[in-house]
Parts: sequence; C-alpha cells; structure tokens
Amino acid sequence: MKSAQETIMQRIREALRLPAAKPHLKSTAASGTPAKAGRPWLPDGGETPDARLTVLTENLIKLKAQLIRVADMSQASLALAELSRTKQWKRLAYHAHMDTQALIKHVGCETWQADAEFDKQKLESCDAGLTTCEAIVAQTGSIIVSSSTNGGRSLSILPHAHVVIARVDQVMGDLSDAFTFIQQRNSDHMPSMISFITGPSRTGDIERILVLGAHGPKELFLILVG
Amino acid sequence: MSTPRSQFLSDAQVATDDVAQRGFLRQALGGYYVSRDVQKARYRDWEQARDAAAMAKWNAVNRLDRTLTTFATNFERNGGKIHWARDSAEAREIISKICRDAGAKAIIKSKCMTTEEIHLNDALEAEGYGVVESDLGEFIQQLRKEPPFHFVFPCMHLKREAISELFTKHLGTAATDSPEELTMIARRHLRQLYVDADVGISGANFLVAETGQISITENEGNARLTCALPRVHIALAGIEKVIERLDDLAVLLPMLATAGAGQPMTCYNTLYAGPRQPGEPDGPSEFHVVLLDNKRTALLADPEQRDALHCIRCGACLNVCPIFKNIGGFAYGTTYQGPIGSVLTPHLRGLQQWNHLSGASSLCGACTEACPVRIDLHHHLLHNRRNAVLAHVSLFDRLFHGAFGWVIGRPKLFAFGGKVFRATLPLLKKLPLPYLSTWLKSRELPEAPKKSFRDEWKGSQS
Ligand code: SF4
Repeated sequence: MKSAQETIMQRIREALRLPAAKPHLKSTAASGTPAKAGRPWLPDGGETPDARLTVLTENLIKLKAQLIRVADMSQASLALAELSRTKQWKRLAYHAHMDTQALIKHVGCETWQADAEFDKQKLESCDAGLTTCEAIVAQTGSIIVSSSTNGGRSLSILPHAHVVIARVDQVMGDLSDAFTFIQQRNSDHMPSMISFITGPSRTGDIERILVLGAHGPKELFLILVG
Repeated sequence: MSTPRSQFLSDAQVATDDVAQRGFLRQALGGYYVSRDVQKARYRDWEQARDAAAMAKWNAVNRLDRTLTTFATNFERNGGKIHWARDSAEAREIISKICRDAGAKAIIKSKCMTTEEIHLNDALEAEGYGVVESDLGEFIQQLRKEPPFHFVFPCMHLKREAISELFTKHLGTAATDSPEELTMIARRHLRQLYVDADVGISGANFLVAETGQISITENEGNARLTCALPRVHIALAGIEKVIERLDDLAVLLPMLATAGAGQPMTCYNTLYAGPRQPGEPDGPSEFHVVLLDNKRTALLADPEQRDALHCIRCGACLNVCPIFKNIGGFAYGTTYQGPIGSVLTPHLRGLQQWNHLSGASSLCGACTEACPVRIDLHHHLLHNRRNAVLAHVSLFDRLFHGAFGWVIGRPKLFAFGGKVFRATLPLLKKLPLPYLSTWLKSRELPEAPKKSFRDEWKGSQS
C-alpha cells in the first residue's frame, strides 16, 4: 500500500500537469525573485544610518514600544536601574552575555540568570526579562531575537516586561536586509527559534479595541547604545 | 431535513434582520478601514507590492511538488519530524498518537484554523485530553462552545457585556465593562496553563522550503508561549502554505499584517526550525509538523482556480465583503467564512451541496480588490456557479432553456410572445408566482414599454 506521502506527492504531480496562468499583474516587468521585485514598493526603511534611526523611532512610538537612547553602557545601566525603580520590579531575569551582565550590576532588584538552569515556574514569577538581540529592522520597528544567542525561547515572552539592550549599528533598513543577515549568520544551522518582535504584545479581540499585554510582555523597552 | 442550503438561507435571514448586530459589526470594522488605509499609504506602491506577493505564492504553488519536498527534507534535517495526512481523519489520528506517545495530559493550543477544519478539539477531548485555546478570541469562543465568527477576529460579534458575563459564569470573575480588564482576566487564567501543558499545538502561516522553517504570525504572544513551554510542539499546516525562499517573507509578512489588520507588521512573526538545539536553554524536545492535503490537491488540479491556494488567510476579503457585513460569519456554516470560504468550501465539501455560497456575493469585486495575493475571488464564485450547472443541469433549467431556445428560433412566435408579455406584465406583478414574488419583495419591475425594439426600429426606418 502506498504511504500518505507517496499518495499526496502523486496527486500533486498529476494536478500540476495542467499549467495555471500567471496572476494578472499590474506592474510591467518584475525582475528577479518576487521579494527583490517587491522590495522597492514596500515601506521605506531609510538609506542612511540616520534615516534608519528616524524611521525606527517613529515606528516604535506608533507601536507603543519605548526607546531609550543612551551614549554608552554605563548610561545604559543607569537607565535600567531607573526603569527597575519606577516600575518597582522585584525580580529581573537575564541571560549570560557581556552586555546584559554589565547592565544588571547596579539594577537594584533581584536578578536571576534564566539560561543557567531553566525553570519555567521561576521565570513566570519574574517582572522583567532582559535580552540582547540579533538585529533591529527600521522599516517595521521589529526587534529580532533568536533562541541560540538571546536567551532561549521564553525569556523574551514570559515575563511581564521585556528590555532589549542593543547598539545602533544593529539597526538595519528593511526585512530583506534582516533575512540576508540571518541566512549569512546561520548558514550552517538555524537556531530553533527566531522571532521578529514588533511592539509589546497586543490584542483587539474584544470589540476591536487595542489592549496591550495579551499574553506576552505588556511593556517593551529598547535601550539603544551609541 | 435541513440541507446546507436551506440552513444558510434561514440563518442568513435571521442575521440580516438583526439590524443592531449589523450596525455593531460595521462599527467594529470601522477602525480597521482607517488603520489599513494609513498603513497602505506607507507603501511606496501597494499595487506593485501585491504583484510581488502574488508571484511569491504562485511560484511556490505551481512548483508544489518541488517546494514541498524541499521543505520536508530541510525541516527534518533540522531535527523535526514530518507527518503526511491525506484527510482530516488521518491528521487527527497522527496528532492523537503523538499526544499518546508523549504521555500528555494537558494540551495548549494557539490559533489555527486548520485544526478547526479537521475538528481536532472534539477528537482530542473525546480521548480525555484537556484542550485549551490560548488566543483570546478563540478562548472566548471555546468557552461559548461556538466556532469562530471570523477566521482572524474570532469573537468580533460579541459585545464586552457578553464576554464579561461569560467570564463570570466560567471563571467566577467580577463583572467589568473594560476590554483591558477582560483581557487581563484571560491573561491571568491562561498563564499557569501554558506552564502546565505537555503538548503545544499551533498552526503555521508559512512553510519556508529553502530553510525548513515554519513561520507563525500572531499578536498576543500566545503562540510564542505555546511553542516555548510544553515538551512537545505539533504544528498542523495545509500543504499550500509552503513558500520557496526565506526572503519571500520580506513581502508576505508586512502585507499579511496590513491587509488583514491594518498593522505595519504583526506583533510576533516567529520562525521555528526544530526542537530545542544543544546549547539552547529551553524549548520542546520534540517538534512535529503535520502536512494536510484534505482535498487541497483537488483544487490544485483545477488550473482556473488554483490561485485560491495562494490564500494567506489575512481575512481582508471578509472585512470588505457586503455579504459578510450583513449575514456575519456563522450563517456560512463553514470553517472559512466570507468570499474565500465561499470559493473554497464547494471544493472541500462538495460542489452541489455548497454551491449556494457561490451566490452569496454581489459580484462587486471588493474581495478581489482587497486580496494581497491577487486571488480572483469573485470570478471564482462565477466559475463555481458555472461548474455546478455543467455538472448537474436541473429539469427546470432544461425545460426552461429548451423552451426559450425553441421560441427564440421562431421570430414571429417570439414577437407574439413579447406582445403577450408586455400586456400581462402589470398582472404578473400582482400574482403570487413562485420565485418572481420573492424577487419582487425588494425590487421594482419597470413599466413595460408600449412597443418592442423591433417595432421601434421599423418605425424609425420608414
Ligand atoms: S483570499 Fe486573499 S483577502 Fe481573502 S483571506 Fe485569503 S489572502 Fe486574504
């Protein structure tokens, strides 16, 4: 008897014997892959680093994420301490990384390294999660985190607030840039999860009214150094 | 006995009579139109971006044999396991076997219409598993024991009072009229359930062939949690969800968000490549993807309507559809509501039984205009009407058209018939004739002209 896979593949091959017409396109000549052809028509991410920062800043405001620009790491750690005080965090989770470790030195609340010995119950009780990120996309205001380098899958989603520490040179123009970067960086092996985080968690399920913090973080802070 | 058609007609009638509910629906969609237009204006050219999105899906679907094989190979190389399901029953059996083997008790689900299509929850519950929907809208619908009203906005038909009452009844919480507080009630209730669940079940918005990743789009973060905390992750996806390249998402993700919900980008767009890898602190130890056919290949075999498989389930066609806005989501009686549901369902469940949905359209073309991947929706409704007639010509049609053809081939007889018709038209309007009197309930017949066109023509020539 044929396996389900064989049956389905055979059905597909038979179905495709008759060719389908291409969609009725409005554009004259789309060259290259669809993504390359579409790229100039998507929202602009900015040509220069300054333009990208402007686009990013506008996007983050609209997304209700909070951008904190600082000159260097010592200012960044002050900013985190300030956040922890005003938000009255009791416990902050982080993952092992030079930047996160530098930041938490003076934070003033209990800290816990979530990737040392993972404990989901303990992570659930944390007020905030502090992570680095892979890159930031100006075009959409997205922050990219991966499970291999930014503290795993849950650290950026389970605590009530998410703080990201990043440097300005991590800001990219558009999504295509980001996908190229991801593919180059992980050419041999993709991390098991890569997430594009675009603003704090939200829902509009009740009467289409926007509410922040549906299941993921209610607050998203980006501390941008440089 | 009620047929899908008679059920549809009576449900649609009831929904249409509820003027207040229709007003509420329109109001709920009002904000969407505004934000969608704001976002669309940020595109340098929305129409050309649609072309790119359409081509990305066209390429993948028209090479499905290759793209799907590439996806499966690359996915398994990342350490996940692929399962193939010819139909719903097979998919349900695969998923419950994975749950059995994992010794699961509690299952948490993130939003996935394909699981609705195969009626997964009923099957799992019958086997004694606790199954909880974690998407807020789906959670509410699950408590109400109702299917989703709209496949993107599952409970958009409900007012906050109804949701508050529902929560009081099932969760014992105090009444509130704040959407924020209602959301927080669900948040608090579900948090421990994520932590306790053994199995997480999700859908997939895209299967990326090139890298063997699946892509999940969501706003709430419930899918992120569903795919992070349980030991086992199962994703169910239709075979048409595959795309060729990772970069295709650079077009598809923003367009899905803008067309469907008026957002620049949905809050979480996440790529999953496999189970937890060495060196990663958390994540499931097993990752299964179930690829479902369930008549999709039958649609693939129809080159004329193959593009219906391009659908990225954004919901834009529902949001603009005058029929959906009047009859709502339940009257369709289908997993997928609105124009795309009316196109797909006759293919998935039988053309003759579901052909009435091809008539649930004003043929205004608003759906086709809204679709980010350029599916020719309203023409497909016409194609389905034609196919239904070709497959089965009713006796009435045969007699009527036979008689009409016979008369029209005899000019004298036709002219005489016209004369009789013009003379008796005022009378016909008053008679309680089947079809005609229903049709005339909301329409006016014009006055019959004194002379036929041919008489006029003759007159003008002399
Ligand atoms: S048919 Fe087009 S508009 Fe409708 S849900 Fe699918 S992709 Fe969106």
